[in-house]
Amino acid sequence: MSRSRPPSVTLRVPEDTESDGQEPSPDSEGALHTSFHQLIQEQSSLVEAGLELEMQARGREHPARLDPPDACAAAWPEPGQGEQHPGYSSASLRILASMPSRTIGRSRGAIISQYYNRTARLRRRSSRPPLQHLCRTARPSLRQYDLETDPARATLEDKRSLLVKELLSLSPGQRSHMLLTVPLSLAEKRTLRQELSGQRGAPRQHRVPSSPCGWSKDDIALSCRGLWYRLLSLLPAAQPWHYALKQIGGRFGSSVLSYFLFLKTLLMFNIVPLLILLVFVVALQAAYPPASASPRPFTGLELLTGAGYFTHSLLYYGYYSNATLNDPCASSPNGSACPLAAPPLPYNMPLAYVFSVGVSFLITCVLLVYSMSRSFGESYRVGSSTGDLAARVFSAWDFKVVQRRSVKLQSKNICTQLKELLAEQRSRSRSLSLCQRLGHCAVLLLAWALALGTVLGCVLAVRYLSEHMHAVQQGHRARGSGQRWQEAVPLVLPLVVSLLNALMPHLYNLLALWERQDSPVARLYVAICRNLLLKMVVLGLLCYQWLSRRVVCSAEECWETCVGQDLYRFMVMDFIFTLLDTFFGELVWRLILEKRLKRKQRPEFDIARNVLQLIYGQTLTWLGVLFAPLLPAVQMLKLLLLFYIKKTSLMQNCRSPSKPWQASHMSTVFVTLLCFPSFLGAAVFLSYTIWSVRPSDTCGPFRGLETIYKSGKTWVQVLERSNPNIGWLAWAHQHLLQDTFLLFLVSGVLLAVTYFNVQVVRGQRRIIRLLKEQIANEGEDKIFLIQKLHAVYEQRERRA
Amino acid sequence: VYRLHGRYHEMAPNVVPMDYTKDPDVKLPMQLIINMPELKENPFKERIVESFSEDGGGSLSFNDFVDMFSVLSEMAPRELKAIYAFKIYDFNTDNFICKSDLEKTLNKLTREELTAEEITLVCEKVIEEADMDGDGKLGFADFENMISKAPDFLSTFHIRI
Repeated sequence: MSRSRPPSVTLRVPEDTESDGQEPSPDSEGALHTSFHQLIQEQSSLVEAGLELEMQARGREHPARLDPPDACAAAWPEPGQGEQHPGYSSASLRILASMPSRTIGRSRGAIISQYYNRTARLRRRSSRPPLQHLCRTARPSLRQYDLETDPARATLEDKRSLLVKELLSLSPGQRSHMLLTVPLSLAEKRTLRQELSGQRGAPRQHRVPSSPCGWSKDDIALSCRGLWYRLLSLLPAAQPWHYALKQIGGRFGSSVLSYFLFLKTLLMFNIVPLLILLVFVVALQAAYPPASASPRPFTGLELLTGAGYFTHSLLYYGYYSNATLNDPCASSPNGSACPLAAPPLPYNMPLAYVFSVGVSFLITCVLLVYSMSRSFGESYRVGSSTGDLAARVFSAWDFKVVQRRSVKLQSKNICTQLKELLAEQRSRSRSLSLCQRLGHCAVLLLAWALALGTVLGCVLAVRYLSEHMHAVQQGHRARGSGQRWQEAVPLVLPLVVSLLNALMPHLYNLLALWERQDSPVARLYVAICRNLLLKMVVLGLLCYQWLSRRVVCSAEECWETCVGQDLYRFMVMDFIFTLLDTFFGELVWRLILEKRLKRKQRPEFDIARNVLQLIYGQTLTWLGVLFAPLLPAVQMLKLLLLFYIKKTSLMQNCRSPSKPWQASHMSTVFVTLLCFPSFLGAAVFLSYTIWSVRPSDTCGPFRGLETIYKSGKTWVQVLERSNPNIGWLAWAHQHLLQDTFLLFLVSGVLLAVTYFNVQVVRGQRRIIRLLKEQIANEGEDKIFLIQKLHAVYEQRERRA
Repeated sequence: VYRLHGRYHEMAPNVVPMDYTKDPDVKLPMQLIINMPELKENPFKERIVESFSEDGGGSLSFNDFVDMFSVLSEMAPRELKAIYAFKIYDFNTDNFICKSDLEKTLNKLTREELTAEEITLVCEKVIEEADMDGDGKLGFADFENMISKAPDFLSTFHIRI
């Protein structure tokens, strides 16, 4: 630390300047900054006695000439520490030390005055002062500030009362938000709140005579919020698995935790359709069982195949009646007249069925879109193309991780990440030769061709297998072989599909190893893409087969129950194969690694593959809700069991992932995948079934109708006939739901809104660029001004 | 809050009173707090405790303790977390994250496994990306702007208790 000091060094500046004589604690008001205090002391200690008196005389002029620091300026940084600029006089260092950029966030008074300014700005934004009151001569950005009431000079109590006054003028929601974000200690916030309630008590006495019940809107809002927090604290059950999630996060970090949080979200998504269907459809049908059922004996195989005892039960579509429940006429023998009057509360089963399914899908859609937009809002930012490394350095450390081994692993991960980033940047500067680039492209193309080829192969295999199984089943039926054999045959197709779903991801992993993509993020996306493609194409083929009924369920009379049974079998097989995958992929692999290959490394928990498995299961549930109303219950049971099994296996067998994982980004991707291919596909399937497919004639709530949709239409017509006043409903129904004009209008409006939003985002990007330029300019301005200041002081010293 | 008080009490049962209505003035020293299981393995534990302590020396009263865990909880707003994160990473408490602060942060993050050259490279890159007004250091506005581009910040700057 070499310092060249001019001989006429500045000396001990007199104690009567404003920001002086106080202890250099970071919390004391208006204090000198600690780092500068030491510097100034060092400089003053090399005093030469002769110049002391003269400096004292000149010092008294200083306060008059010192320009007060501009309190309205933002946090401008300082061009280097004092050590790097040895020529700066102690007085100018003193000014620099009391700049807002040094004191903001440190002393209580500075924080309070900063937040006073912020609340004042908020208030002014809502109510602009008239133009005549604005001072014309000030800078445009300063015109809105009341420079007289600038709190930078006031004492702590004055500042506090000013802040309280400002806070009172805000709405309660804004006020509590402002109090939440102020970085003061709890004791300070408590005193602020006390002052607020004290001040509010006084005007309330004037208001009480006007309002009879004496409750203002603020009181209601505050009391509601207090009640809600008290309720939350009393219910530990409202936070299920809190300790388990903390354990997982502590050992494996946020990435693996995101899988379990996704599982919890799916559980919540399943509760809604389950409740609606349970209340409106299942419970009532259970209270009025149809007379025709001939129950078969219960054998254990039913849980696997879903047939047998379960065929004529609440589980499937075929059980539900097509008439009005609790209607005594329906249970009387055919042909006889019905002397009894109509029941007081007729419950039309078909309508209830179709409306419950529709409403549950609608609510799920709304919930999905809401959660997707919320995670989008959290993870994407406008203009965030650069600044990768910096953001990643500061948000890299996961504070949740608690165990020593995991902490060491995390350090190593961060180290590897940084090295990879540096290597990537170095390689980006080095461009590849043309030959290498062509070779790389060829490898990529080949890998993709292979992947698509395997998908096609799987699809064809599934198709031929289903036809073969159908032929086998016909043969068995013709020969009249045993019941068990007949029920085991339909299990083969789900088994093969689940096997493919379990094995192909490993093949794709091998392919990715051969491909050797550059960035790990791209590798992850490619893997997800391929797996998703496989699953969705196979599901699409199966849906086509179910609806066209040329191969599957063609011999059945009640084809909906058959489809429901098929879906149930698919779900059970998926669960079994997930268990097997966990068992072999994690437990057995760990044993092999430890005992045979003698490696200390445990297998990794493959997050992407597991999440895709969850999405696949959820798609099956949504596809099957119409045909098997209790399927969400089965899915919920499956998810509950899966949570505990996966958690146990994770704790025993796995280690945390070594690849970098952007948790919130990936959560957004997963929710989007849940919404777009999965939910949208299920919704399309459902709509097609309701609108165009002919239900079976002998079973279910829609037997005999042309399409399921017709039941709704006939109901509207019946309503219209019975009560001509509701004619508008029929008109609305006919013109809004059946005409395609409305569809075009809605899509047009959506397109317009999207275009508008895109333009807004573009405008915001431009503004961000302009503001950045402005900041850079102001920084240069400030450097210039400081240099001028020092030049002035030096001149003065030289004159002395 | 009762849970937090329980944890605070069990760290020094003979000093911390169960009854806080008389507002006693009890402070626990830093050594006790950084031995909490949630903080023990964290490389920034001293800085965390220092930034929340009233006197800057590291001893926390119960209010400071509650403050600390409320800022590090899920519900704290992003701005508040950014303010305290800035304080934590500012090792020499000069209200700027300068190059030496960054170097210390990186060393703590990677347990000194990066070479000096790599550390310098990373520091330069970080300052180049985040510094907007060209002074070679990160002020609070620069830090907050950069943190707003890191969507993971909210989930990583979070301790469950």
